[in-house]
Amino acid sequence: MSETVLSIRNLSISFQTSNGMVNAIRGLDLDLHKGKTVAIVGESGSGKSVTVKAIMRILSGNQKINSGSITFNFDSGDEKISQDLLKLSKKEMRSRINGRRIAMVFQDPMTSLNPTMTIGKQIMEGMIIHLNKTRAEAHERALELLRLVGISDPENRMKSYPHQLSGGMRQRVVIAIMLACDPEVLICDEPTTALDVTIQAKILELIKEIQARTHISVIYITHDLGVVAKVADYVAVMYAGKIVERGTVNEIFYDPKHPYTWGLLSSMPDIGSENEKLYTIPGSPPNLLHKIEGDAFAPRNVHALKIDFKQEPPMFKITDTHYAATWLLHENASKVEMSETLRRRIDKVVKEAGRDGENTDLASY
Amino acid sequence: MERTPILQVTDLKQHFKMSKKFTVKAVDGVSFEIREGETYGLVGESGSGKSTIGRSIIRLYQPTSGTVTFQGVDISGPLKEKEQVLLRTKMQMIFQDPMACLNPRKKVIDIIAQGLDIHKLYKTKQERKEKVDRILDKVGLSREHANRYPHQFSGGQRQRIGIARALIMEPKLIIADEAISALDVSIQAQVVNLMKEIQEETNTAFLFIAHDLSMVKYISDRIGVLHLGNLVETGTTQDIFDHPIHPYTKSLLSAIPHANPIKEKKRVAIPYDYATSGIDYSNGIQQKISDSHSVLATDEEYKAWTAG
Repeated sequence: MSETVLSIRNLSISFQTSNGMVNAIRGLDLDLHKGKTVAIVGESGSGKSVTVKAIMRILSGNQKINSGSITFNFDSGDEKISQDLLKLSKKEMRSRINGRRIAMVFQDPMTSLNPTMTIGKQIMEGMIIHLNKTRAEAHERALELLRLVGISDPENRMKSYPHQLSGGMRQRVVIAIMLACDPEVLICDEPTTALDVTIQAKILELIKEIQARTHISVIYITHDLGVVAKVADYVAVMYAGKIVERGTVNEIFYDPKHPYTWGLLSSMPDIGSENEKLYTIPGSPPNLLHKIEGDAFAPRNVHALKIDFKQEPPMFKITDTHYAATWLLHENASKVEMSETLRRRIDKVVKEAGRDGENTDLASY
Repeated sequence: MERTPILQVTDLKQHFKMSKKFTVKAVDGVSFEIREGETYGLVGESGSGKSTIGRSIIRLYQPTSGTVTFQGVDISGPLKEKEQVLLRTKMQMIFQDPMACLNPRKKVIDIIAQGLDIHKLYKTKQERKEKVDRILDKVGLSREHANRYPHQFSGGQRQRIGIARALIMEPKLIIADEAISALDVSIQAQVVNLMKEIQEETNTAFLFIAHDLSMVKYISDRIGVLHLGNLVETGTTQDIFDHPIHPYTKSLLSAIPHANPIKEKKRVAIPYDYATSGIDYSNGIQQKISDSHSVLATDEEYKAWTAG
C-alpha cells in the first residue's frame, strides 16, 4: 500500500445550537493514500461535509472540534513533514495549507467563483500569493491549466467573467484554480450534483485523468453511488457522524457487510428490473442532539440484536482493507445475510463485470 | 393499451426576446401527448428546455405559438374564467426545491389548504381540516404535523408537503419539475414510491421532468428526449433504453453512471457535439419507427442511423 497522505483519528465535532449541543461527528477515523481516491458516502446530515470542512479548518463559528487529530504528511523541499492540522492556527492554515497543499472544489461553481473578477485573474491569484510567481509566469501557467481542464481558446477565456460561462465550464475553471498550486490533496464536495449527466461524465473523467497525470490524492463526497463506482478506490460509508463501513470500492459494492450499506445499495433504482417497488430504509436518521446509546443505526435495522441498543459496535475486520461496525459480524452473532433481492442484484452486477473485464479477480466475490 | 390523451401539446414554441436582435428559442416546436394515468418523462441536459415546457403548459409563461389541449379544452390562448379554473385546479405542479416553494410563515395546514381557500371548495372549517388530514395520511405525514411550519421538517418531508398541496385539488395531471433531484438516494426512493402509489390509487397522470435517467426509467411509461428545445426522440421506456436511435439519446444513455465499479472504471461516455455533428434539427421531421417510437431526423439521417 502506498504512503498515507492524510490520516484522521478519533475526530469529534459538535455544533452549538439554540436547542443544545449537536454531536455531528462522533469519533471518526479515515486514511487517504497517495494517488488514491477515497469516496465518503452517506445521507444528508451524516457529517460528510463537516468532516472535510474540518480538514480545511473552515468550520463556522458555532462548530467546535472537541478532540482528535488530522495528520498531514507532505514534502517541503527535501524534508518530509508530518503536521497535525488541528494544531495550526487558522492564519497558518490559510497561508501554508489551504489552496497551496489542500484544495477544495465545492458543489455550486457559481458561488465559489468571484463574479467581479475575470477567470484569468482568479486562477493566477493563488500562484502569485503562494508560490511567489511573477504575473507573466502565472499567466503562462494559467493558460496551461485551462488547456489541461479542456477549455478551448484559453487566451480569450482568461478575460471572461464567470457569468459568461456555462455550469460545466465554470466547474472546470474551479478545478483549474484548485490545481494551480500543485496541491497534494484535492477535496471534492459533491462537485457534479448540480450538473447534468453528460457534463458530470466529462468532469469525472477529467478528474481521473488529472489524477493519473499528477498523482494527486482525492477525497470525494457524494451520495450518488454510480459516481462512487466510477471514481473511487476506497469507500467510507458514513452514518450519524461515524464511519460504519470502509473498504475498497469492489468490497463495498460486491460484498457489503453493514446493514446500512445494504439499505443504501438496495434503494437505488435498478436499471435492469421492472416496476417492483424501490426499497426504502425504514425510519429516519437519529437526532444527534441526544446522546446515542449503542449502535446509531439500530432503530432502523431490521436485523438489530439486543446488544445493538446497549453497546456501540467496534470496527470488525473482514479483510486487511475491509472493516464494518456492526455486531452482526461478531463470532457469537447469528448469521444474517443481506436481502434476497440485493443478493440477486449483486450477483447480476458481478456477472456483468466479469463479462466486461475477463482478467479481473472476481473469484472471491 | 390505448388510453385517451389528457394533454395534447402540438408544435409548442416558447421564445424569449432578450434584446432587439437576440431571441432565445428555449422550446422550438415540440409535440407530444400524455394519456390518462400514465407518467411521461422529459429528459435532457440543462438548457434543453424541459422546465420551460412544464412552465408553458401550466401557463407560468405565455406560449409563443402552438396549442396545448387539456381535457379537450385549449389552454394555450388567452384564458377565460372557465379555462382558468380548470387549469388551476386540475393541473398542479411540484417544484424542485421544497424549501423555496413553501411559504415559511404559513402553517402546513394553511399551505395545503390554500387551493381549497381560493376555489372555495369547502363549506365549514371542519370540512377543510378533514380534507387536509386525509391528504396528510395519504402522503405519509402525521396529522399533528398540520400545525407546524415548513422549517421544522426534513427535506423529504417538505417534498411530501409539496405533493400534498398538489394532490388536495384532485388533479388529473401533475407536473413534477425535478421534484426529487435535491433529495438523497434513500429519500428519493421514498418520494418516488409515494408518487407511484398515488398514481395507482387516483389514476393521475404525471409529467416527470428530470435529468437523472435511472429514476426516469424507473417511473416513466413513456419518455421524451429533449435537446436545444427540440424533441429529438420519443417512445416507450423500452424503446428509448433498449433501442435508442438518435446519437444524442445514445450519448445521454452512455453517460449514466452504474453502481458497478469494475464495469464503471472502463466505461467512457459517447461524446456528442451538436455544432460538429452536422445535424440540423430544423431540417428534421418526426420519423416513425413504430407506433410508439419516433425520432427527429431528415430522411438521410434516419437511414444512416437505423442501418447499423
